[in-house]
Amino acid sequence: MKLKLKALTKSPWVFHLNTGACNNCDIEILNVLTPKFDAERLGVLLVGSIRHADVLLVTGPVTRQAAPRLKRLYEQAPKPCFVVACGTCATSCGIFKDAYNVVGPVDKIVPVNAYIPGCPPKPEALISALVKLLGTVK
Amino acid sequence: MLKSVFYFVIFPGFLFTAVVGLLVSWIDRKVTARVQWRVGPPWWQNFADFVKLLGKETIIPQGTSRFHFITPPLLSISAITLVSTLLWVMLINPHKSFLGDLIVVVYLLMMPAMAVVMGGAASGNPLASMGASREMKLVLGYELPFVLALIVPIIKTDTIRLGEMIRFQAEDGVVIGSWSGIIAFLVAIVCMQAKLTLVPFDIPEAETEIMSGPYIEYSGPALAMFKLTRAMMLFVLPVFLVLVFWGGFGQGSFWSVLLGILKYVVLLVVIVLIRNTNPRLRIDQAMRFFWGLVTGVATLAIILALIGA
Repeated sequence: MKLKLKALTKSPWVFHLNTGACNNCDIEILNVLTPKFDAERLGVLLVGSIRHADVLLVTGPVTRQAAPRLKRLYEQAPKPCFVVACGTCATSCGIFKDAYNVVGPVDKIVPVNAYIPGCPPKPEALISALVKLLGTVK
Repeated sequence: MLKSVFYFVIFPGFLFTAVVGLLVSWIDRKVTARVQWRVGPPWWQNFADFVKLLGKETIIPQGTSRFHFITPPLLSISAITLVSTLLWVMLINPHKSFLGDLIVVVYLLMMPAMAVVMGGAASGNPLASMGASREMKLVLGYELPFVLALIVPIIKTDTIRLGEMIRFQAEDGVVIGSWSGIIAFLVAIVCMQAKLTLVPFDIPEAETEIMSGPYIEYSGPALAMFKLTRAMMLFVLPVFLVLVFWGGFGQGSFWSVLLGILKYVVLLVVIVLIRNTNPRLRIDQAMRFFWGLVTGVATLAIILALIGA
């Protein structure tokens, strides 16, 4: 059991979901994969299917359209799976608070393991959050 | 009996091929990272990925046939293990060869692709079935020139026993020492790239387009089996080409074995370079490429071999 979790901390595969973000967080997420930050050093891969993912990385406030889909994606993910809310909107709705088409922050829909505030968070903050999140897995 | 089990499970078979395969696919990832000016993952990265996937949950989608969804990963991994065992037993002791083992190997090398088609079609996902249909077309495309290219060493060495091929090439010079041999070898390299479904022929999985295609519904150990098969193929296919076209790994002396490893590394570098310098083709472009240019060149190689060039 311990070996499995150890391996999980060494190869977190990330599935990226945009639930209504302004695309700024998404650009920063792509930044993490570029040569300057190179998250593959830590074993991070961006995967195309939620079935392959260990981390569900959510950006943006959850809109009415996206809420059921976010919930279903969380249910489809093979466990153990972590949810990370990236950006101010995902953690607390930000400027979209009380908007007519916004259901709420991510933790209103699915349980969240790590919050990364910032508009957008810096790539360093993203990597630091990842390392801290994996540090809690023991 | 016990010896065969040992061959299959431990030394030239599963364990050996899996460990070396995961290591060489790390080399692939690392070199790709360096080409893109990144640092790249540490050497144990693929082992960590594999162990992690073994520990994850396996989800079988609703409405799928359980049997057809679970068997393909096992089928592909056992087929590629069998190929590796055959090749290495032959490389270590060419006298163990039996009549037509080349044909057996060619058949077994097709099994992983067939398994991907079966698993993709069984998983009941539109993107997966699209990936499966593309994989099937790609198989139709590359099998013809691949077999045509393999006919050249058969003509040159006048045998379909792999052991005889090694011995012939040790005595009378390697197949790629001739014009027809070189041309057939180039054709086989292109087909190998498609067999490995690496760029420019990663049409079936196309991460950015159909979200890893046939593998999309696979998770946990089943996905780990598919990933391991891919890693093992990256080891086994170049070894097969080295055996058939380039005289194998040599016996006995340290230097001949080192030369054999060097041959393998050259092929690996070629694969990685092709992968990193090409864009993905469309399926119709790939089909036109394989059935047009590549088949034509392979036929030319056969004609050259028949007239003795």
